[in-house]
Amino acid sequence: MNVLNEWAFVGIFAVLAPVFPILPIVIASILRPKMPNVLKSQTYECGVETIGDTWVQFRVQYYIYGLVFLVFDVEIVFLLPWALAYHQLDLFAFGAGFLFIFLLADALIYAWRKDVLAWK
Amino acid sequence: MDCVGLCDVLAQAGWDRGLAQFLSLFVGVILVSGLPLVTVIFLIWVERKVAARIQDRLGPNRVGPFGLLQTFADLIKLLIKEDITPAAADRLLYNAAPILSFASVVLIWAVVPFTPYHIGTDLEIGALYFVAVASLGTLAVMTAGWASNNKYALLGAFRVVALLVSYEIPLVFALIVPVLLAGSMSMMDIVHAQAGMWFVFMAPLAMVLFFVSSQAETGRAPFDLIEAESELVAGFNIEYSGMKFGMFFAAEFLHVFTNGILLAVLFFGGWQGPLANEPLIAFVWLGIKGSLLYFVSLWMRNTLPRLRIDQVMRFNWFFLVPLSIVQLLVIAGLVMILKEIGLVPLNAQGHIDLASASFLSMLPMTLVLFFANVLIALPVVQWLRENGRKLRERDEQRTRRAIAANAAGAVGD
Repeated sequence: MNVLNEWAFVGIFAVLAPVFPILPIVIASILRPKMPNVLKSQTYECGVETIGDTWVQFRVQYYIYGLVFLVFDVEIVFLLPWALAYHQLDLFAFGAGFLFIFLLADALIYAWRKDVLAWK
Repeated sequence: MDCVGLCDVLAQAGWDRGLAQFLSLFVGVILVSGLPLVTVIFLIWVERKVAARIQDRLGPNRVGPFGLLQTFADLIKLLIKEDITPAAADRLLYNAAPILSFASVVLIWAVVPFTPYHIGTDLEIGALYFVAVASLGTLAVMTAGWASNNKYALLGAFRVVALLVSYEIPLVFALIVPVLLAGSMSMMDIVHAQAGMWFVFMAPLAMVLFFVSSQAETGRAPFDLIEAESELVAGFNIEYSGMKFGMFFAAEFLHVFTNGILLAVLFFGGWQGPLANEPLIAFVWLGIKGSLLYFVSLWMRNTLPRLRIDQVMRFNWFFLVPLSIVQLLVIAGLVMILKEIGLVPLNAQGHIDLASASFLSMLPMTLVLFFANVLIALPVVQWLRENGRKLRERDEQRTRRAIAANAAGAVGD
């Protein structure tokens, strides 16, 4: 049952951790002056009025990075148990791991050849 | 559930068992999270002093002895500053972002082993927990950029996602190496496995990869294009003011130090050292190692210029990621071969066992792994030098041509 104890700690921690930043912000909200006006609460843009909407479509490049990251991240999740049990594994396991990482590297080479990794 | 320590004492005194359990956990959380909070106040002063010394200045020296009270003065200033929320911002997310940013860093401390006996919670998946919690920080920055409804902020936030997400890959690949060597993801077990030999001697490349990518994760120079004061004004936190702005910065300062501590835990033996059985001495060892690594990080920050985003991305995808894959494969392969020929300390079941191994029994294994790392590093460093020289010469030529063209134009007029 020790596992439950460990995760109870994380649970309490997760609830308590936001309190530390919230506390000074709340104290500040009591102490600080509050004098907003129309000009002050405009969006900052080098002194001129903001033109157009900020929430627009963004470049597809960011999406591709996200996609490649996802491929790696998922594969890393599979690699961690392999590394964890490595002490008790034999040569076959290394072969399997090698093959797996090779497939992963293959994806990297594909993306590389497709020229999507370089920032344009 | 286990009931030891404070819980046991309370239960003995006639408290309800469940309540005693909760209280003892609660006190533990307060202690573990209080430490980074106290540290961060001191860290801001350290960082400013170190930066000043590197730049040949004095740094804060007016408030209190050696300017030690400067942080408190800044804190009071931030508390009484007006906090402007732009009218166009998404209020809920705008207010949540700085809180999430700071909380994500504090949460990492739950799995840091301070001494052989003191750790917030020794999760079996400690290493994975650290990666998961640290990536919440990325989310906070993205939230801040998006919610501000400001073009600079959003551009900064887009870059963050591209940069932080990319550098997480070499970070995690480097993290697999200590996990593989220790055979455990628990931070405590990883430290115990370094009793005979620190992992930095077995996997120096993994250490460097971890250090570089964790520097990128904090968004510090030379990877500070998230903030890029000269182009994006301040990046994601441009609209923030007062204490919310302060929270982003406190989180960043703390994150850098946390990375130093994690590096010490994963590669430099954590609390291991002479007389580490004594909790206080073990704690001091961890502090010394973490602080030295923290200092290197500050040194880097104050010495190196900022890179362009295309350079940063190229460096990651065409250099760090392939290198991290290669070094992981080489280490995994060598550990297996060494095990087959019997140069690795084994336990009774014939499994690798580093926790109870002595310095001498780990020496052959360490030497082989170290030289393998050097063999990878040599051509890589050579390639880096040649590539750097090529780029530099190209830039110089371009500049020379531009100057010549200018001179010709001036004559023509």
